[in-house]
Amino acid sequence: MSTPDDHSANPAGPAGSRPAGGAAAGQSPPEAIKAVPVRHPGRWVAAAVLLLFAAMFVNMLVTNDAFDWPFLFENMFSPPVLVGVRTTLILAAVSLLIGIVIGIVVAIMRLSDNPILVGLGWLYTWFFRAVPRIVLCVLFGNIAILYQTLELGIPFDNYWLPLLGIEGDARFYSVPMATLLSPFVAAVIALSLSQGGYMAEIVRAGLLSVDKGQSEAAQALGMSRGQVLRRITLPQALRVIVPPTGNEASAILKDTSLVSAIPLTTELFFQLQQVGARTFNLFPMLVAACLWYLMITSVLMVGQHYLERSFTRGDRGAQEQVRRIKSRAAS
Amino acid sequence: MTRDTGAGAGAEGTENTQSTENPENAVVTGPGDDRMVVAENVHKSFGRLEVLRGIDLEVRRGEVMCVVGPSGSGKSTFLRCVNHLEKITAGRLWVNGHLMGYRQRGGRLYELHDTQVARQRRGIGMVFQNFNLFPHMTVLGNVMEAPVQVNREPRAEARENALRLLARVGLEEKAGAYPRQLSGGQQQRVAIARALAMRPDLMLFDEPTSALDPELVGEVLDVMKNLAEEGMTMVVVTHEMGFAREVGDSLVFMDGGVVVESGAPREVLTNPRQERTQAFLSKVL
Repeated sequence: MSTPDDHSANPAGPAGSRPAGGAAAGQSPPEAIKAVPVRHPGRWVAAAVLLLFAAMFVNMLVTNDAFDWPFLFENMFSPPVLVGVRTTLILAAVSLLIGIVIGIVVAIMRLSDNPILVGLGWLYTWFFRAVPRIVLCVLFGNIAILYQTLELGIPFDNYWLPLLGIEGDARFYSVPMATLLSPFVAAVIALSLSQGGYMAEIVRAGLLSVDKGQSEAAQALGMSRGQVLRRITLPQALRVIVPPTGNEASAILKDTSLVSAIPLTTELFFQLQQVGARTFNLFPMLVAACLWYLMITSVLMVGQHYLERSFTRGDRGAQEQVRRIKSRAAS
Repeated sequence: MTRDTGAGAGAEGTENTQSTENPENAVVTGPGDDRMVVAENVHKSFGRLEVLRGIDLEVRRGEVMCVVGPSGSGKSTFLRCVNHLEKITAGRLWVNGHLMGYRQRGGRLYELHDTQVARQRRGIGMVFQNFNLFPHMTVLGNVMEAPVQVNREPRAEARENALRLLARVGLEEKAGAYPRQLSGGQQQRVAIARALAMRPDLMLFDEPTSALDPELVGEVLDVMKNLAEEGMTMVVVTHEMGFAREVGDSLVFMDGGVVVESGAPREVLTNPRQERTQAFLSKVL
C-alpha cells in the first residue's frame, strides 16, 4: 500500500544504489500504475445473500414473542443473577490462577532430570485431562462420602498402635469435611485441578519452544538451573504460553456452568435457569445467558490482546523502529 | 575438612583446598600455575559417535589459542567441554586449577552438583556462533543480568560496569535497544560485553564470526583483538586464518576428534608438517 508513496516521495533512495542511478536521478519520478483492478462479483453476491439472512434474523428477533425482550432485560440484571455473575467471575479467575500455578509446577516436573518427578507429572496430566470436568465436579461434591472428616496424624495408626499395646489413636487434628469443603471450595478444587492438567501441557510446550542456545548462554554465565528457568526460559516461554491461556480463560469461564452439579447454585447459568423456571419463561433467560457469556468473553479478549502485546516486547521494539525509519524516509 | 563431606562442603573443597588436600587433583596447581586450561586425553562420545578421541593440550595464562579444522572435527565440542556444557566421557580437564565438573577424592571421581558447576563456570566467558542474546531484555539488561543475578552485584554498580563494557565494544548508545534491533556484528559485540561482565579469567569463542555478513566480521574481530592485547586468555574456534595468524599465540589444527598439529600460527599456516593440515589449509587459504 505504502510502497508507491515511498517511491514517489524518495526516488533517489532505492534508485541511488543501482548503476542506472545517475540517469534516474535526472528523470521525473516514475508514474504510479493506474490499472483496472480484478473484479470480484462473487463477493457482491455473497454480501447480498448474507444481508438477506441478516434482515430475516433481525426481523425474527423483533417480531418473535418468545424472546420477550422487556422481560429479558428486566431479569438479566436482577440481584440473584448479578450474584451469579460475580460467583462465575471469581470462580473462573481463582481456578485459572491456581491452574496456571499447578501447570507451571507440573510442566517443570515433567522437564526435570528427576525420573520420579517426571512420572508424577505425567500421571497428573494423564488423570486430569482424561476425567471430564463435570465428573470431577460431582466427585468433589461428594467427596464427603469418601472422607467424612479430615484428620492430621501419623498414618496407619489403627495397625501399629494396637501392636504396641496402646489404645486410642495418633490423630492430632480433625475437621469435618462438610465444613472444610464448601460447594465453592469443591468447585475451585475440581476446576483448578482440571485446569492444571491442561496448563501443564501448554507451559511444557512453551518451555520447549525456547531455543536451547538461550539456556546454554545463561548456564555459561554461571546461572543456576533455577535462575535460568526463572530469568531466561520462562519469560520467553510466556510468549508461546499466553495465547492458548487466553483460550483456556474463556473455556474455564464457560465451564463454571458445570458446577451446579456439585451443587454450587450461585453460579450464573443456574441462576438464569432458576428465573426461567420460576416464571415459566425459560427461553429469554437462555438468551440472557448467551449475552452474559458473550460480554464477559469479549472483555477477556481485549485483556488478552494487551497481555500478548506486553509479552512481545523484543519484537515490538523492532517493529516500532521499522515504523520510525519508514516514516522518516517518507517525510 | 572432615573426610565425609556433603555436597555443600564439597563445593568449598573444589574452590580452595584442591591442591593442598587432594593430591589427585593437584595435576594442575592453583591460580599460581601459569596454565589456564589443561586437557588430558579428553574423550567425548554422543552414544556411539566418538567426537573427541583423546585431546591433550594446554593453554597458558594470557595465551590466545586458535582452534581450526574442518566441520565435524570436534573443535566446537571441545570448547563446550571446557566449560562443561558437554560432559567429557574420558580423560581430565582442568580450568584455572579446577577439575571441570568433578571432584576427585581417594582415586574416585564425584560428579559436582549443578550449583557447583555453575560456580566453576563463572570465571569462564563464552561467546556463541549464534550470539544467543536474551531477546526479552535490552542490551543493557543482557550485560547486567549475570552480575546482578549470579554475583549479586548492586544494580547501580552493575549498570555502570555494563555501560563501561558497552563503550569498550563501541555500543554504549545501543544500551536501551533490544537485540533484534541490532545487526549481527553488534549483537556479537554485546555478547562479548555480556561475557566480560562476569570478569572472566578465560574467554571461549565458538566460531564468533561464522554467522555474520562478511562486512560485519571485522568489527567483531577488532574487539577480540583488543581483548587479546589486554592480556585475556582466549580459546577461539574460528575459520578466520588471518585472525589466527595475526592475533593467535598458538594454533591447533583438529581433525577427526584429535589434535593433528599445533604450534605457532605462522609456522603451522605457512609450513604445515602433516598431510591433513596441508590438505585443509590448501582449501581455506
